[in-house]
Amino acid sequence: MNKPVLGLVAGGVLGIFDGLTALVSAPEVAPQIAGIVAGSMGKGLVAGILIGWFARKVNNLGAGIAFGLVMGALFALPFALMPDPTTGQKYFWEILIPGSMVGLIVGFLTQRYGTAALAKR
Amino acid sequence: MKPLTDAAVARLRDAVDRPDAGERYEIHELLGRGGMGAVYRATDRVLRRDVALKVLTTELESGDIARRLEREARVLASLEHPGIVAIHDAGTLGDGRPFYTMRLVRGRRLDEQSKREGRGERLRRFLGVCDAVSFAHSAGVIHRDLKPANVMIGEFGEVLVLDWGVAKVAAELASAGQGAPSPAADGDTGPGVAVGTPGFMAPEQSSGAESVDGRADVFALGAMLRTLLGTEKVPPPLRAIVFRATAESASGRYPTVDALASDVRAWLDGAAVSAYAESPWERALRFYRRNSALVLLLLAYLTVRLFILWWRGV
Repeated sequence: MNKPVLGLVAGGVLGIFDGLTALVSAPEVAPQIAGIVAGSMGKGLVAGILIGWFARKVNNLGAGIAFGLVMGALFALPFALMPDPTTGQKYFWEILIPGSMVGLIVGFLTQRYGTAALAKR
Repeated sequence: MKPLTDAAVARLRDAVDRPDAGERYEIHELLGRGGMGAVYRATDRVLRRDVALKVLTTELESGDIARRLEREARVLASLEHPGIVAIHDAGTLGDGRPFYTMRLVRGRRLDEQSKREGRGERLRRFLGVCDAVSFAHSAGVIHRDLKPANVMIGEFGEVLVLDWGVAKVAAELASAGQGAPSPAADGDTGPGVAVGTPGFMAPEQSSGAESVDGRADVFALGAMLRTLLGTEKVPPPLRAIVFRATAESASGRYPTVDALASDVRAWLDGAAVSAYAESPWERALRFYRRNSALVLLLLAYLTVRLFILWWRGV
């Protein structure tokens, strides 16, 4: 599996898991869980493919992890800033920290695993 | 009259054996003596380089042994591989003895070198031996005398398999004349004659059976692996590899040298070994060892999630 595809898959899977944890950490959001999971998966997919693309260009574990962390935080930020439409409550850190960690994990995964691009002829 | 000492006898024997190498080669010191011949360091005056010159010892100047040395030269010439010592020249010396010259390998024998190295390095060298033997098998040649003393580690860490004197060449290769190592396709050893080294010889080889195939070398490689692992505590998968490679019955062994090498490589890579049925716990432990950083990251993620739950008082 090449690195962008690995990033896409890992970002998507971890995004779904990250979204589903809202059921435990904030049970009051249960009615909106489908939207939360879809949003979380979507940001995971986009962030994952970007992190995978970066891993294909830059072969450096530290840089890949840092890039993943920043991408994860950037993509989580709009959701973290968004208040709950029914209660008006914000879940800033609850979204930002795990979202950043998902990016970090995808950054690690795409640096360590996945096939690098073939050399251009 | 005072009897001669052993050392004096050995010196006299060396002096008698010392080959008359003619104009091309200048003979230097004796490097080693085997069952069939002696190996000297020599200088090739034409190409101005040092070579190893193997020549029949005088007391073995029978036609059969001479043919075997010539045959060994032809076998070596037919095997062009970085793990098999390259032959440069072959012929007959001024005193009538057949000889051949090959690359002079400066280095250590595998058994000497392995005492200085860790297990991983020893296994990687072992894989180098497997690579060379596998190549020989693909060319229809079975070594039949593999042991650590017949493997040299060169100056640059290269692994070289030596002493192909009793190698068996597949009959079809010999008859097809591909590199023509023989009419005597089995190394001038008839049925019922055991060749090899005790401890490294497969049972079917010890009994002199005619049906010796590549699995005899698999057995010898297994015995070599056991020697290389020494008396240290050997992990169960590696023990299982040795056990399977040295099975009494040829059908119980790895079918090919590549299969054996693949298991050793898998162990080195932290992957599953076909010769060993691991428990779920061992499998989990192996997965953790192979992916410890990823497992720790995922655990850190779960810890953060649990911390958030605790923080929010859920």
